[in-house]
Amino acid sequence: MRTPISYFLLVSALLFTMGTVGVLIRRNALVIFMSIELQLNAVNLALVAFSRQNGNLTGQVLAFFSMVVAAAEVVVGLAIIVSLYRKRRSADVDDASLLRG
Amino acid sequence: MADLFLFWVMAPISVLSAGAMILARNAVHAALLLIVNFFTLAVFFLILGSPFLFVVQIIVYAGAIMVLFLFVIMLLGAAPEVPLAERIKGQRWIALALGAGLVAEVTAAVRLGVGLHRTNLPDFTKVNEGGNVQALSKVLFNSYFFPFEVTSVLLIIAAIGAMIHGRRRMSEEETIDVPLAQEVAAG
Repeated sequence: MRTPISYFLLVSALLFTMGTVGVLIRRNALVIFMSIELQLNAVNLALVAFSRQNGNLTGQVLAFFSMVVAAAEVVVGLAIIVSLYRKRRSADVDDASLLRG
Repeated sequence: MADLFLFWVMAPISVLSAGAMILARNAVHAALLLIVNFFTLAVFFLILGSPFLFVVQIIVYAGAIMVLFLFVIMLLGAAPEVPLAERIKGQRWIALALGAGLVAEVTAAVRLGVGLHRTNLPDFTKVNEGGNVQALSKVLFNSYFFPFEVTSVLLIIAAIGAMIHGRRRMSEEETIDVPLAQEVAAG
């Protein structure tokens, strides 16, 4: 393999930053959630790259666990967005401004 | 050499699809661009010597999770986002400046920690001996067996939580009557 590990880490950093900026500038709750998925995936890439660098499989196992946790998180998060939409008829995060249900 | 070529083909696609995703007005376009991004990440996993995560990435992320996203977008209706007055003044520019700072910081960390052009990597064929899936399962079911079992509890709790949130309560059908952000901005 001729590709330096740092290239993958830099791509991972760029993707993570784009996810962060997406969370900050978007208002649609679904797109914000997708940006969070992008951040999780960027970190997975960094984990697998470090696993390659250190020559053991622990990083890949951790990336696998993070995928499982992401799947569970998506299920609950989308259910919350749907129930929020039912209450306010809007998926805009600025509309989720009340503490009562 | 092939891996370097593949990297330089996939890296621009990956970064551009992510950039287009956060800028896409339409939520469906954002979801499709995110699927492109997940595929390029799967190829990165393949380059890094992990065919198992390559397959899992495509099946779980590009398959299951994104189908769930598209399903919810269809359920809620895919209205394009209307640009409206920002609640915090200059929020967009502050976000971009903070993002640039984050990239600079992580790049500096990579330079200090790994070095930008180091290529002397350990031999991975010995680690993946007998196949990546077999080697990974040896680690997973020996050192990480307890976390693996705890994961099953997590998945059951997530399924029950989603069912409770998704349930339609017959007595509380009415929506809350507070003006939406768009109406407030319109005056």
